[in-house]
Amino acid sequence: MRFVEEFRDPDAAKSVLAAIAHVADEIGATREKPVHIMEICGGHTHAIFRYGLDKLVHGGIEFIHGPGCPVCVLPRSRVDECIELAERPEVIFTTFGDAMRVPGTGKSLMQAKADGADIRMVYSPLDALELARRNPDRQVVFFGLGFETTTPSTAFSIQQAAREGLSNFSVFCNHITVPPPIKALLDDPHMVLDGFVGPGHVSMVIGVHPYDFIARDYGKPLVVSGFEPLDLLQSVLMVLCQIRDGRAEIENQYARVVPEHGNPASLAAVADVYEPRPSFEWRGLGEIDASGLRIRDAYAAFDAETKFGVGYGAAAGRLVVEEPEGAACGAVMTGRCKPTDCPQFGKGCTPEMPLGALMVSSEGACAAYYQYGGARAVEVAE
Amino acid sequence: MCLGIPGQIIEITDVDRQMGMADVSGVRREVSLLPVAEGPLEEMVGQWVLIHVGFAMAVIDEDEARLTLEALRGLGEAQETLEQMAEGKKAFEEAR
Ligand code: SF4
Repeated sequence: MRFVEEFRDPDAAKSVLAAIAHVADEIGATREKPVHIMEICGGHTHAIFRYGLDKLVHGGIEFIHGPGCPVCVLPRSRVDECIELAERPEVIFTTFGDAMRVPGTGKSLMQAKADGADIRMVYSPLDALELARRNPDRQVVFFGLGFETTTPSTAFSIQQAAREGLSNFSVFCNHITVPPPIKALLDDPHMVLDGFVGPGHVSMVIGVHPYDFIARDYGKPLVVSGFEPLDLLQSVLMVLCQIRDGRAEIENQYARVVPEHGNPASLAAVADVYEPRPSFEWRGLGEIDASGLRIRDAYAAFDAETKFGVGYGAAAGRLVVEEPEGAACGAVMTGRCKPTDCPQFGKGCTPEMPLGALMVSSEGACAAYYQYGGARAVEVAE
Repeated sequence: MCLGIPGQIIEITDVDRQMGMADVSGVRREVSLLPVAEGPLEEMVGQWVLIHVGFAMAVIDEDEARLTLEALRGLGEAQETLEQMAEGKKAFEEAR
């Protein structure tokens, strides 16, 4: 039983939509005075647009798109560092496909590949491990990217490399964590947020409790949600019911996949291999305390930063790279404006010629608007 | 990259490395069972798991899935009742 079709049932969707409308009316939400619900995860943003949920729900509900797209929040200088690594003759640079078209200050990994760098797209860090086994005379570097969902996969891979004594495998670690930027957003006095739909696959790893502070300290509801349309609709309804009843709790809509305390084996591997960095730079959000991970000294042999002297830890006096002119990436990333509010949307910035990662990542909000909003979104921008 | 895909474990391929073969909508891919392997690996065969960048990250819990679906269905029934109530009210108004 895969439980995919069941969670796309149009009849059930209709009744959830009706229930949403009912509760929205009860709390007096209108188009002019909407309830603001942030879906943190870029995967949710895409599902909302793919199924047109933003159009189907009661007009009094406004989705604010959160910073949960790991490539989009990556400062351009990180992409530059990847290219610096990839251009070393001994290196085979491996990455998830998502990162390929993300622009650095000069070029993207895709362009660097066309220029001759040995860059290979892989589905899993396990593929990078296999490449290292098969190419003992080359250095295989894996671009470790993503939130809590992907962090265990690189931690397990590093442990495996250590067990095998592979000396030509390393990870360029840019893993980040979800709760710190949410706290940063909640501390921002300009943000108006009434509740959250939480990323289900992050909680599959970390459980639901790392979000407790959102309810306890900020009095906002959060519902951990699955990715099918019915999951999202039910989660929106659960957030609304909490608002109506004056509750602020962390609830779990996605219990078929998310255990309350997450995945113990993954958490243990992550704790063994990684430790928090004092702070990490996010595109659009700036430096956030303890929001990024680095490889512990015990695994320094597998740390590309240490091995090649490139990257966050190595860059002395880091410069903050300016955004391209007219680009609103930072504001879109933090939900302060919609992609269509960006002056470059659909003009200077398209999936073919992107200015920001939001336009090319499979989880980027601009890509979602462009792909599913199509001409309508461009019209709005004009 | 952050989205998982459900697949069914069809055999164990490497006990030492805890690898198994998964069937993902007809496509076969070897995945790591490290995150979900608790008891004997053989017990994983036949299970539906959520696969994420080559790792089985969670066993999909059928009972929980059913409960969620039931809650959704319950919602539909409640909605029907509400609609009937609203209709009922109208009937009184019309009568006046
Ligand atoms: S449209 Fe392009 S430039 Fe504007 S916010 Fe989106 S990615 Fe950035």
